[in-house]
Amino acid sequence: MATLVAPDQFSPVEDAEALRKACKEISFALTMATIIVAKDASVHEDAQALRKACQGWGTDEKAIIKILGHRNATQRKQIRQAYEELYEEDLVKRLESELSGDFERAVYRWILDPADRDAVLANVAVKKAELNYHVIIEISCILSPEELLVVRRAYQSRFKRSLEEDVAAHTTGDLRQLLVALVSAYRYDGHEVNERLAKSEAEILHDAIKDKAFNHEEVTRILTTRSKTQLRAIFNRYKDEHDTSITKNLSGDPRSDLQKALRTAIRCINDPKKYFEKLVRNAIKGVGTDDEALTRVIVTRAERDLTGIKELYYLRNSVSLDHAVAKETSGDYKAFLLALLGKED
Amino acid sequence: MALPDELEALTNAFSGHGIHEQTLISILGKWHPEERKSFRKGSPNLFIEDERNFERWDDHRVKLLKHEFMRFKNAVVLWTMHPWERDARLAKEALKKGPQSYGIIIEIACTRSAEELLGARRAYHSLFDHSMEEDVAQHINGCERKLLVALVSAYRYEGSKFRDDAAKSEAETLSNAIKNGKPIEDDEVIRILATRSKPHLQAIYKHYMEISGQNIDEDLDADLLLKETVQCLCTPQQYFSKVLDMAMQKDVEKNTKKALTRVIVTRADTDMKEIKDEYHNQYGFSLSKKIEDTAHGNYKDFLLTLIARGG
Repeated sequence: MATLVAPDQFSPVEDAEALRKACKEISFALTMATIIVAKDASVHEDAQALRKACQGWGTDEKAIIKILGHRNATQRKQIRQAYEELYEEDLVKRLESELSGDFERAVYRWILDPADRDAVLANVAVKKAELNYHVIIEISCILSPEELLVVRRAYQSRFKRSLEEDVAAHTTGDLRQLLVALVSAYRYDGHEVNERLAKSEAEILHDAIKDKAFNHEEVTRILTTRSKTQLRAIFNRYKDEHDTSITKNLSGDPRSDLQKALRTAIRCINDPKKYFEKLVRNAIKGVGTDDEALTRVIVTRAERDLTGIKELYYLRNSVSLDHAVAKETSGDYKAFLLALLGKED
Repeated sequence: MALPDELEALTNAFSGHGIHEQTLISILGKWHPEERKSFRKGSPNLFIEDERNFERWDDHRVKLLKHEFMRFKNAVVLWTMHPWERDARLAKEALKKGPQSYGIIIEIACTRSAEELLGARRAYHSLFDHSMEEDVAQHINGCERKLLVALVSAYRYEGSKFRDDAAKSEAETLSNAIKNGKPIEDDEVIRILATRSKPHLQAIYKHYMEISGQNIDEDLDADLLLKETVQCLCTPQQYFSKVLDMAMQKDVEKNTKKALTRVIVTRADTDMKEIKDEYHNQYGFSLSKKIEDTAHGNYKDFLLTLIARGG
């Protein structure tokens, strides 16, 4: 009379492994973010506290960090709405006027919706005298196809033009072709790999690169249209066949922006965390700090995979990222970054 | 003996678009063997005299006949399909058919709205396990590849704002590129056509006329893909009218003929009214009349019903 349906034959070991994998995947999503979020925050109280922090002479930056530095994207959005309802003012604009410098830039980026933030970052990159193509490549290669689409919509909504329009208008030649194609891609997001195709396209890439004339068209075609899973298979096949990574073979001309861009794209597709670790390491080391890059990595990855990036950083540099950031930055800016990095109050 | 009138009616019943089912039923249905024999003997374009003393259906004509019988079914299937699946399948088919069908890819990429094109790309993922741009890039070479990949990848801004000074200078750029020879190889041409919003492009179209005295598509006769791109982006109803009219010419090529179903089914819910008006302007009589005269049977009735919707 039992209702349970159980198979006659099963493997305890396989089941155990499958369960372990399932549990890991759930907790992976939850633990890769670094920010520490208050469990029972009240959106209205937060809005009021922020109002208080901005009123009167001077600003209570500590309060701002304490609240915003510990709220996730949904909560931040609700706080902005609550603030608007209570005080008929845009919290973002208020903060922009109250704060300044690196701290202001970090908070402004942080408080926006993720897609809107990426749109703003893309626009800043495009408007630079020397277009910062790394940011464009990061956004178009690291986000999933659907996430990229949301960013493109956010860009259109905010700037009344399409992202590809602006990228195209501010670039020329081969680099333009690459960037516009990357930004316009709507890659197939399945996990199938065509091994035969991976092998043949790895060869096409190898031939295209080693040719002095450097036929970038095939390289661009493959990099900008194939699915990410297929691309990773291609990069692996490349390494198998030629004993060296494709990025190494793309290092011939140090002045070539196109080659740098291609390497960035490949790295972003292959291993985003490794890419970000290197970016943040370069931002910190040496004389002065590239605060724009540092802010960008921390703000955009705090709710995604900053924990993994921190782990990689520690492995590579024998010092924690928190420690390095604390050493290289100061004041409210430092306190805010550390909060996003997961520092408890 | 089959009457000459009946012979003619029968021949008409399966030339043109679709099949006149009633004629086939009422004439063929009542013919006795001798009448059918005289039909076979009297229709050398349909039946060949075989060496073993019988009149044999020409295989090629049977195939053509099959297409005509299927026209109604194809229209129905296409009509009931989700627009995303429809466009994805049309694009895939065009890719497979080769260069003479690339115009269909341009048609889809340029006449659909940004969200419709996106939907088609989504459906393409599901149907074919590849992205549309991936397949287009793989199967097309040369300068057409750049243009087509860029067009199918577009997700244009759909608002009405644009900068008129940019439109004016881009009209100049296009004019110079066309004067210089091979505009399809010019990156600026592709940039402008593949990334600018439609209102922006329509402004360019106007400025171009002011600059050079001709419409830009008229100056692109040497480059059919570019010509079509511009027409689809800036004057879609004119483009569709032309395609419809060509599809209904006598003795037209198989793929051109299919455009009748394609255009009517894909535009019936969008801008069919404007296309009908434009058709009337261009050719002096109504689209319905032309379809009455050219198509037959259920297929004809179906098309007429589709275009009659919404006035």
